[in-house]
Amino acid sequence: MTHLVVEARGLGKTFGSGEEMTEALRGIDLDIASGDFVSLIGPSGCGKSTLLRLIGDLVSPTVGSLAVNGKGPGRARLDRDYGIVFQSATLLDWRTVQKNVELPLEIMDFSPEERPARAKEMLDLVQLGGFADHYPWQLSGGMQQRVAIARALAFKPSLLLMDEPFGALDEMTRELMQQEVLRLWEETDTSVVFVTHSIPEAVFLSTRVVVMSPRPGRVNREIEVDLPRRRDDDTREAGRYFELITKVREALRRGEQDST
Amino acid sequence: MTERDEIILETSTTDVLAAFEGDLPASAPRRSWRSLFTQYLPALIAFAAVILLWEGLTRVLGVETFVLPKPSEVMSSFVETAPVIWGAGLRTLVEALGGLGIGVTLAVLTSLAAARWVGFREGVLPLAIAANATPIVALAPIFNNWFSSTSPVSKMAVVAVVVYFPVMINTTRGLLEVDGAELELMRSLAATPTEVTRRVRVPRALPFFFASLKVASALSLIAAIVAEYFGGPQDVLGQYIINRANLFQFPDAWAAILVASILGVALYLLVLGAERVLMPWHVSFRSGE
Amino acid sequence: MGTAASRRAARTGISILGVILAFAIMWEGYKFVWTALGWETPVSPEDRIMPHTWDILLTLFQPAQRSGPPLILVEARAALMTLREAFVGFVVGGAIGFGLGVLFVRSRTSERAFMPYVVASQTIPILAIAPMVVVWGGRLDIPQWLTISIIAAYLTFFPVVINTLRGLRSPPPTALELMRSYASAPREVLWKLQVPAAMPYIFTALKVSAAASVIGAIVGELPAGFRGGLGRDLLQFSQQFTAAPEKLFAAVLIAGLAGMLFVGLVTLAEHRWVATSRRQDSEIARAGA
Repeated sequence: MTHLVVEARGLGKTFGSGEEMTEALRGIDLDIASGDFVSLIGPSGCGKSTLLRLIGDLVSPTVGSLAVNGKGPGRARLDRDYGIVFQSATLLDWRTVQKNVELPLEIMDFSPEERPARAKEMLDLVQLGGFADHYPWQLSGGMQQRVAIARALAFKPSLLLMDEPFGALDEMTRELMQQEVLRLWEETDTSVVFVTHSIPEAVFLSTRVVVMSPRPGRVNREIEVDLPRRRDDDTREAGRYFELITKVREALRRGEQDST
Repeated sequence: MTERDEIILETSTTDVLAAFEGDLPASAPRRSWRSLFTQYLPALIAFAAVILLWEGLTRVLGVETFVLPKPSEVMSSFVETAPVIWGAGLRTLVEALGGLGIGVTLAVLTSLAAARWVGFREGVLPLAIAANATPIVALAPIFNNWFSSTSPVSKMAVVAVVVYFPVMINTTRGLLEVDGAELELMRSLAATPTEVTRRVRVPRALPFFFASLKVASALSLIAAIVAEYFGGPQDVLGQYIINRANLFQFPDAWAAILVASILGVALYLLVLGAERVLMPWHVSFRSGE
Repeated sequence: MGTAASRRAARTGISILGVILAFAIMWEGYKFVWTALGWETPVSPEDRIMPHTWDILLTLFQPAQRSGPPLILVEARAALMTLREAFVGFVVGGAIGFGLGVLFVRSRTSERAFMPYVVASQTIPILAIAPMVVVWGGRLDIPQWLTISIIAAYLTFFPVVINTLRGLRSPPPTALELMRSYASAPREVLWKLQVPAAMPYIFTALKVSAAASVIGAIVGELPAGFRGGLGRDLLQFSQQFTAAPEKLFAAVLIAGLAGMLFVGLVTLAEHRWVATSRRQDSEIARAGA
């Protein structure tokens, strides 16, 4: 039985006050069921990153309701229900790769025996097992992001939040990382909320694409991605893939036009 | 005060130290000992040549000692008065180390408080920056009278105050130098403020702390000697130097100064060693930049 | 001075007064509590060891000796003398430092040739040997003020060289490429791009040097035979401590203020420069709009 990992009703966020008030999000209604891979896509400033941060309780809503795993987002954060990956890997440069992955485990009081075991397991999962004793500066951008992902999954959360994690990578590395993420999603049985501004990326990865409109961000359209569950390079050349990309693009364009 | 004022890392001594470590602006990343040696070899050779020339010229031209002492005179004084000047050096070193210990400890404690409580920080930090600009050694006569000029405590007090401000200012800056992204990461992991301090702020602050410690160690010796100029027992470096100078016996004074320089270098190497031990990642961390 | 600048100056003045007031309160508080509890460590709260703050202030307005001018005037004159010596050296050292910085940026060979010497010059702790240098200068019949100015110049030029270099090299490569695309002469690149970029760095160095120059001047005044100046007065009042402790504290206060004044003047100059350069920028912006 699937439950809702994220349930938002009438969610809104306004920053600042007085003359410098910006309404980032307005009237967001969104349901994400467990096992979903949902992409949030929209033009710059549409509030997709803000929405992600609301789910992660890194920012508080101004209006509306938000439930994460059936609890308030604050409770979910304190219960460590989710892991987050940012656009920059944010690895601590004074720790080795393995120690970086162990960071959440240290904070969550895992035993000293469990920590290295878990960390190694995650590093193997992202195929960086041989780099455990390296330092972050010795790794490429893509590898650092893999470590960040390993760190986010180290404590096996049910929800994974990703904020344009591959934005700083080149196209080839991006496609490889996308494949990695899909594999991890299957192997670890996590739900994923993925923010991106790349239409092909959103379609390739997700079960559902949520198209957002320009500021103040609203949910413009939700497009189900009915591509087969197993996706690979052949998928990138399938007709349906391109149709869906066009669908998303048109939804984005219409969203732009509606606001002007 | 602009933000850059808080970057007291840009004091002359740090730059000397940084220069020796190959960190001069637009120079290559830090090198091995060998390459440092080769870079400074021509300078060392030139230095040796200057010493020889100096010796030669003063002899040939019959320059009086009080105008310019010969290197040989300085060296013979250095050897002859060795027990006296090294004894004095040791006493001064004790003052420097004592003051360093007190000042650095207080500075670190204050920094931790300043990083934790914004109100405290806003009050104390500008004050510290302003105080750093005052001639703190002017406190030496006060401490001499409070703690007796013959007691090492009076000099330790001066050293402690001199050392406190740069260490406090820089360590606070280091503790506050956290990346916004790192703070978000820690928040996503529901880390307590103590854990954030322990796991992120302190490691981030260590390079700043050690840089300020290097400055502080150099300052401590100088401050001890200068404090001694305001009054002290006969057998400390400052008093010895000024007494010899007043009697125009400059070779003796220079020999004592040589002792001070050697002690200063030794202290610096000690701090460098501690840095290597406590920040094993730092060497690789820097060459990776 | 515009209203924003005068508001800021007022705020700085108020915060300095506030700090002094807070310190006075802590001082009197210490005396009160320690006297009530009968404690004597670390410093005895008795009036002859820790005079009341108001007594210290009162002493400033009483004659320094017998029926002479008030202490505050005498000390102000001494401070002026000390500051004058420091200032001359500061200006000369700053000019030399800036000149060397520009030279090194223009010519890599001269940098490689001379930089090691520049760095090596700082291994001599000039502050620690200032009194000896003054005695030495006196023996060579060099006027005292000149020797002290040389010491101040020595203390100033190194931070200025380092920071000038750092600042001149701070513009990103793209900015240099832009200037090259305009076929600008090296002199234009220097004065239109590099020097303005270097000014913040240079001012930071100047503030550090200003403080150091004052300290150098005070320390250089310590050897016997030096007349006038803050250093001498500090020593004299130190000897008179048992008879009149307030005088020493008053002199130390004036010395501290003198140091802050000098650094404050440099800061003021910095703000003036920022204001003029910003006005130029906005004029350029308006012209281009």
